[in-house]
Amino acid sequence: MLAACIGLMLAACTEPPARIVPAVEEVFAPDGPGRWLPIMADGLHDPTGPGAKQLQNPAEALFYLPSAFTGNKVRWVEAIEEGYIEPRPSILDNNYEMQVLDLDVIRTRTAEMPMVLFPHKKHTEWLECSNCHEWLFKSKRGATRFGMFDVLSGEYCGRCHGAVSFPLVECFYCHSVKRTDLKKPVTELEMHK
Amino acid sequence: MTPACLNTHNRHPARRCLPGTIIMLALLMLLDPLPATAEYGDVVLNKRAEKAGMRPVIFPHWFHRIRFRCRVCHTEVGFEMRAGSNDIQMADIIEGRFCGMCHNNKIAWGPQNCHLCHSGLPGLESGVRGGPTTGGPGKW
Repeated sequence: MLAACIGLMLAACTEPPARIVPAVEEVFAPDGPGRWLPIMADGLHDPTGPGAKQLQNPAEALFYLPSAFTGNKVRWVEAIEEGYIEPRPSILDNNYEMQVLDLDVIRTRTAEMPMVLFPHKKHTEWLECSNCHEWLFKSKRGATRFGMFDVLSGEYCGRCHGAVSFPLVECFYCHSVKRTDLKKPVTELEMHK
Repeated sequence: MTPACLNTHNRHPARRCLPGTIIMLALLMLLDPLPATAEYGDVVLNKRAEKAGMRPVIFPHWFHRIRFRCRVCHTEVGFEMRAGSNDIQMADIIEGRFCGMCHNNKIAWGPQNCHLCHSGLPGLESGVRGGPTTGGPGKW
């Protein structure tokens, strides 16, 4: 058995290396990994129950939105910014408009990783200030100290990222600013556009 | 104690590690691929449902966020952003709190449609489910 496994391993090694980023057509092919599981076969809903067959399948909606490789396989922020979807901002006030804040924050203490750029704009299109401030993140710059370990254990950014918004395998969505790209150093920066 | 193959002073750590690595990988290949589960962000609510004789509730984030911004539920409705920290009883929903703020036959279908929410497989544990590329952070 072990020999067979090692044989398999060797066979796998001799194949040409896989492309790191597959083409979109491959991912969303009928048998590709980009297919969303139907409700009746997602291992969560009970296919013998009366409810499951009435529910909308993810693919029926998500297929038409800008595609990503992880999470829901949807770029949710682009979906809203480019007008694919227009989720209601309020159920209490029909005239409510989202309070969008265009303010980027750069977190500089990221060890050997590129620095983290936090765009308020993308977040305030979905959320409002009080969803994060002041209880989870302080508005004062540099006042909220946390590390990747906290995020990975579901605190701070990890409250949403890794559960609902894009998952934590997408390192460079957040760690997007190379140290060499910034002339201005080293304390916590805010960039007003 | 540091295992030999993690000792950085070893001159050929990769060579020392190789047999172990191959055996580990071979064992991993023997395991069945994990069964496909859930859409990313699905939440299972089963603190009370099954004890009360109903299927667990499946809440799909993807379905709701196409239609509503996060703030609707996490500010106006008042859901805390932590699975397990919202103690929802069916009575709350019928009286118009939590899910019942929309699921009232006005904004969305009402609580008489038991099986649309209570649609999970028996025995599911409560919590957020990840997708095919992540199991989610440890806390979930």
